[in-house]
Amino acid sequence: MFHNPPDPSAETVEVEVEGQWLRVDADQTAAGAALLAGLDYTRTSPATGEKRAPYCLMGVCFECLMIIDGVPSRQACLTRVRQGMRIARQHGVRGLS
Amino acid sequence: MAELDVLVIGGGLVGSAIAYGLRRHSQRVTVLDEGDTAIRAARANGGLVWVQGKGDGMPAYARWTRRSAELWGGLANDLKEVAGIDVQHRQPGGLVFCLGDSESEARTRTIRRLHNQTDTHEIEMIDRTRVETLLPGLRLGCEVTGASFCPHDGHVNPLLLLRGLHAALKRLGVAYRPDAPARVVSWERGVFVVQTPAGRFEAGKLVLAAGHGIPVLARSLGLAAPIVVERGQIMITERVAPFMPLPALEFRQTGDGTVQIGATHERVGYNLSTTPRGAARFVDRAVRVLPSLASVQVARVWAGLRVLTPDGCPAYMQSETCPGSFVAICHSGVTLAAAHAADLAAAIVAGALPDSFTPFHPRRFDVPQSA
Repeated sequence: MFHNPPDPSAETVEVEVEGQWLRVDADQTAAGAALLAGLDYTRTSPATGEKRAPYCLMGVCFECLMIIDGVPSRQACLTRVRQGMRIARQHGVRGLS
Repeated sequence: MAELDVLVIGGGLVGSAIAYGLRRHSQRVTVLDEGDTAIRAARANGGLVWVQGKGDGMPAYARWTRRSAELWGGLANDLKEVAGIDVQHRQPGGLVFCLGDSESEARTRTIRRLHNQTDTHEIEMIDRTRVETLLPGLRLGCEVTGASFCPHDGHVNPLLLLRGLHAALKRLGVAYRPDAPARVVSWERGVFVVQTPAGRFEAGKLVLAAGHGIPVLARSLGLAAPIVVERGQIMITERVAPFMPLPALEFRQTGDGTVQIGATHERVGYNLSTTPRGAARFVDRAVRVLPSLASVQVARVWAGLRVLTPDGCPAYMQSETCPGSFVAICHSGVTLAAAHAADLAAAIVAGALPDSFTPFHPRRFDVPQSA
């Protein structure tokens, strides 16, 4: 669905999105990586169970909450990727720990 | 004769609960309010139906609180039936945590003092092991030595409560006028007259329940308005899977899964700002109680202004110079909502506050000048 315009000079890192490894630009965000990985949704609403996905991409709407490196409810659009980062969907309400 | 039986000035939790109770007694009631620009304590409330520790030094307040707690289930059911709104009322008992032996000892002394005042108080110290039994699966902080437990404590969603009361008023035919803040009140030949930007309202009785708006109106009716402004900051987190089966004074998990943490007690005047220092204090304590709270995301922090009297206990009175006008001042708009809707409303309908209200008369603040 999404792809980056080719830029051979860009520095890249490998991240894991829902168990799938992919290479993305080093200045990409976790939300960007999730979209590039083709995820059609990134969380389900704790209130309604509805599927949700990154929306504002600027830290305002909180739709892009994901589990990043094991930490739930991270705003994926404000989180820059790192080599080896694990990005996972957040299903419904998070647990306490 | 005025068309209305009672004008209630103030559409927050206190005014709305009284108006609801009055309507249940078939009174023709209108609520005059300032709308959402009001300094609305109801919108900053923590939502506790809290009995534990209330009325230290005033047994009547302890009894009044217990009475309201006992009536609360009925109010919640009524609002569900009349307005179709579930205010998420639960009363499984509540905890006040103790961090360290000195806090446990101080709490034990407080409870002993309360029990010596009246047998209305039912608070029990429980040790760490029993706290753990009440909170299965939670890893308490190493400093937690125990807690005090009161079986009558509970909580509701305060925003849904305000909405539920307003919806019930509407359903029962009570006009809620957010466009009609009271500017001038007077008593003319047995009729109360209230001037507002939306026109003039008249009724045979008047209830002043406008929180911080009371002082400017009370004097002309011969009502006392001993109000102290106290800021309370409070925090709400993201939703978390249910982990907390009963509320604590330090924090509670709401029916939506969010965790409400609070609150501060600050004398800073009419100042609704939040401060990192204020939030840090109660967050620090909450995390010492339950360290895993540290990983939960904060949704927002906000502040409200408590409507306190100088001794923290409610004040109710009927005017002697303008009989038929009443004032109700309290900061426990949630806890006392059920008693306001039942007993206080009934007394206003009867036209006299019964003897059980005498201890709440604000004349208790009239300290003689001579020593």
